[in-house]
Amino acid sequence: MAFDYDKYIRPGKLPHIWCPGCGHGIVMKGLIRAIDTVGLDTKNTAIVSGIGCASRLPGYMDCCTLHTAHGRAAAFATGVKMAKPEMDVILVGGDGDGTAIGGNHFIHACRRNINMTYIILNNKIYGMTGGQFSPATPTGAKASTTPYGNPDPAFDIAKLAIGAGATFVARGTSFHANQIDKLIAEAIQHKGFSVVEILDDCPTTYGRRNKFKSVIEMMNHLKDIAVPVKAAEKMSPEQLEGKILTGVLFKEERPEYTSEYAKLIERAKAAK
Amino acid sequence: MAKKVAFLQGNEAAAQGALYAGCKFFAGYPITPSTEVAEVMSAELPKIGGKFIQMEDEIGAMAAILGASLTGTKVLTSTSGPGLSLKQELIGYGCIAEIPAVIFNVMRGGPSTGMPTGPSQSDVMCAKWGTHGDHPAICLVPASVQETYEEMVRAFNLAEKYRTPVMVMPDEIVAHMRERIVFPEPGELEVINRTAPTVPPEQYKPYDTSFGDVPPLAAYGSGYKYHVTGLNKMQDGFPTTKAEIVQAEEERQVRKVEANKADIMKWEEYLVDDADIVVVAYGSTSRSARFAVNEARKNGLKAGLFRLQTFWPFPEERLLEISKKVKAFITPEMNLGMCNGVVKGCIEGNAPVLGIFRVDGEPINPGQIVDKMKEVK
Amino acid sequence: MEKKLPTIEIIEKYCKGCHICVEFCPTKVLEMQGFVAAVKNLDACIKCMQCELRCPDFAIKVTP
Ligand SMILES: Cc1ncc(C[n+]2csc(CCOP(=O)(O)OP(=O)(O)O)c2C)c(N)n1
Ligand code: SF4
Ligand code: SF4
Ligand code: SF4
Ligand SMILES: [Mg+2]
Repeated sequence: MAFDYDKYIRPGKLPHIWCPGCGHGIVMKGLIRAIDTVGLDTKNTAIVSGIGCASRLPGYMDCCTLHTAHGRAAAFATGVKMAKPEMDVILVGGDGDGTAIGGNHFIHACRRNINMTYIILNNKIYGMTGGQFSPATPTGAKASTTPYGNPDPAFDIAKLAIGAGATFVARGTSFHANQIDKLIAEAIQHKGFSVVEILDDCPTTYGRRNKFKSVIEMMNHLKDIAVPVKAAEKMSPEQLEGKILTGVLFKEERPEYTSEYAKLIERAKAAK
Repeated sequence: MAKKVAFLQGNEAAAQGALYAGCKFFAGYPITPSTEVAEVMSAELPKIGGKFIQMEDEIGAMAAILGASLTGTKVLTSTSGPGLSLKQELIGYGCIAEIPAVIFNVMRGGPSTGMPTGPSQSDVMCAKWGTHGDHPAICLVPASVQETYEEMVRAFNLAEKYRTPVMVMPDEIVAHMRERIVFPEPGELEVINRTAPTVPPEQYKPYDTSFGDVPPLAAYGSGYKYHVTGLNKMQDGFPTTKAEIVQAEEERQVRKVEANKADIMKWEEYLVDDADIVVVAYGSTSRSARFAVNEARKNGLKAGLFRLQTFWPFPEERLLEISKKVKAFITPEMNLGMCNGVVKGCIEGNAPVLGIFRVDGEPINPGQIVDKMKEVK
Repeated sequence: MEKKLPTIEIIEKYCKGCHICVEFCPTKVLEMQGFVAAVKNLDACIKCMQCELRCPDFAIKVTP
């Protein structure tokens, strides 16, 4: 059966604003399927974003949606979740939004292990502003502000999340469309701060400058470099050179912030 | 029954006032001289099932309270100068998205790190002009511990009533002094809650002006699904660039405060009616000013005090009226002339506005004000 | 016995002509007609749903 995406999309909001071939639409579809799989109640689901092409995603979703300021999604979402822990809170945003201007809120949300799911649409570029380099742009890559090649080293966003204390970290790609919903569904079901990094493509501002002839080439590139974690275990460091691991990269159980705060409230009331 | 009385610091009173108003969520980042507010809230909120969170910075704190407010919760953050600067982008977000929130800012010396423990009144312009774009501004400037408490309650009421961020800005002296305070009984002070929608969720629009300039605000998770953005928006909350809608919405946001100035503005006139010299003052400086006015009267000088309790909106019309019958105004303030400029701007040159400006971390004493009065011809 | 053919609906209003469906269809059922995707050879469809899954624009619905 054709999947009924319309059930979760606000009437009259399509077509979306993203460019032809932009991976963000593929991720949005994955998110919708995940919400469907988990059976989230859209009335009790908040989708929070920052600013950027990726951050336009919530506007299409028939949920409680909050399109905040550049980089601030995690902090707004923390307020929503703390004030109403019974709501499911999902964050979406780009690599720039989440790891440059929003990097501080991002790592602290990881540290608190607050029960939310953060989907980072990593197209390795500031798409919305026309293709300036982001903290996820590979060294040497071309961006509108790196005419001689990017001098900066890039973040490994998943590693950053793990290092900062996120208790579920997964990575997928927009080529592996079928896997996106599964990763997000597992992330939503995980109790704690979950990060799902989806490597996707910005044909308009990244592909063009970096010698990808088409979005198809970009997708095939994602296919070529992706190695599932299980498969990687059997590979040598040489074989893994230039590859990226996909799948669930990290998972652990650790006290969750709003549950711990609920206990704190009980203690405070008892001491009154 | 006798009312509960205590000896409290301004900051502690601010926290207590917030709790009286029904505040259930606080997010902040420590900064002198406002930290006591966070300390009291961290202890008191959990006892009533409220939430306290110390965020990673002031931007995060501002974001967190706006997010929490959308769930139908009354929210507070507290900070001081540098933190107020950091919050500015999101104060603008609160204005355009029309989210009730209270920002308590203790004024210390600035700019930048300035004088962390020194008193100041130099954030009053930041309260109105700190964030970019046209937007409404409400800023209350209490002068005593009791007033800090009561104005906090009023700040929450105004935030809820007009769906907009409201600032309460004592100077460091008011925030840190200890005074006797008489706690109002529950029910004694008015407590206002935002209007929730009565229409069914399918019909709800978060900026539906058929309900007036302040449309009802639904709580996230109460069955209403809607969109909130910092972009210019239509009545249904979705972004637009349509000229006539953007113009109308921007004007409405500002009008919420401008058209309701009479309800929001508060000031006190002390011996102003027959005064030749009117001192316009606020915060701790107004206490010196009252002393100075009394001294002057003893010496036969007809002095009066116009004490601002709200800095924004500013009581322009009333000062214009007064300006027609006085010889001069005096504006003592712990900055280099912020109130002075605003007074000049509204009295159409009817009288000179003499300033006493101090930014050395010392309060303005009554003697300085009396001396200035003597300069008036 | 005649096999049951799927219905492939292409919402032209949504299609942005990115070629993804055309390229990733394993049996070359689809083609570009001008700027939008179109069904060229429905008979060849193996109902793998790849086109529906991958289309970034919610523009293809396959009912097997
Ligand atoms: C405070 C602030 N600084 C800068 C901008 C400009 N800006 C808008 S989107 C963006 C980058 C978005 O990049 P990313 O988060 O990677 O999302 P993408 O567009 O690539 O999906 C920038 C720099 C802004 N809106 N606000
Ligand atoms: S600029 Fe890039 S990220 Fe933005 S919509 Fe276009 S393709 Fe997508
Ligand atoms: S369902 Fe599969 S075979 Fe059929 S058109 Fe789509 S991609 Fe091609
Ligand atoms: S994948 Fe979708 S948008 Fe792209 S050409 Fe095919 S139908 Fe059109
Ligand atoms: Mg990006």
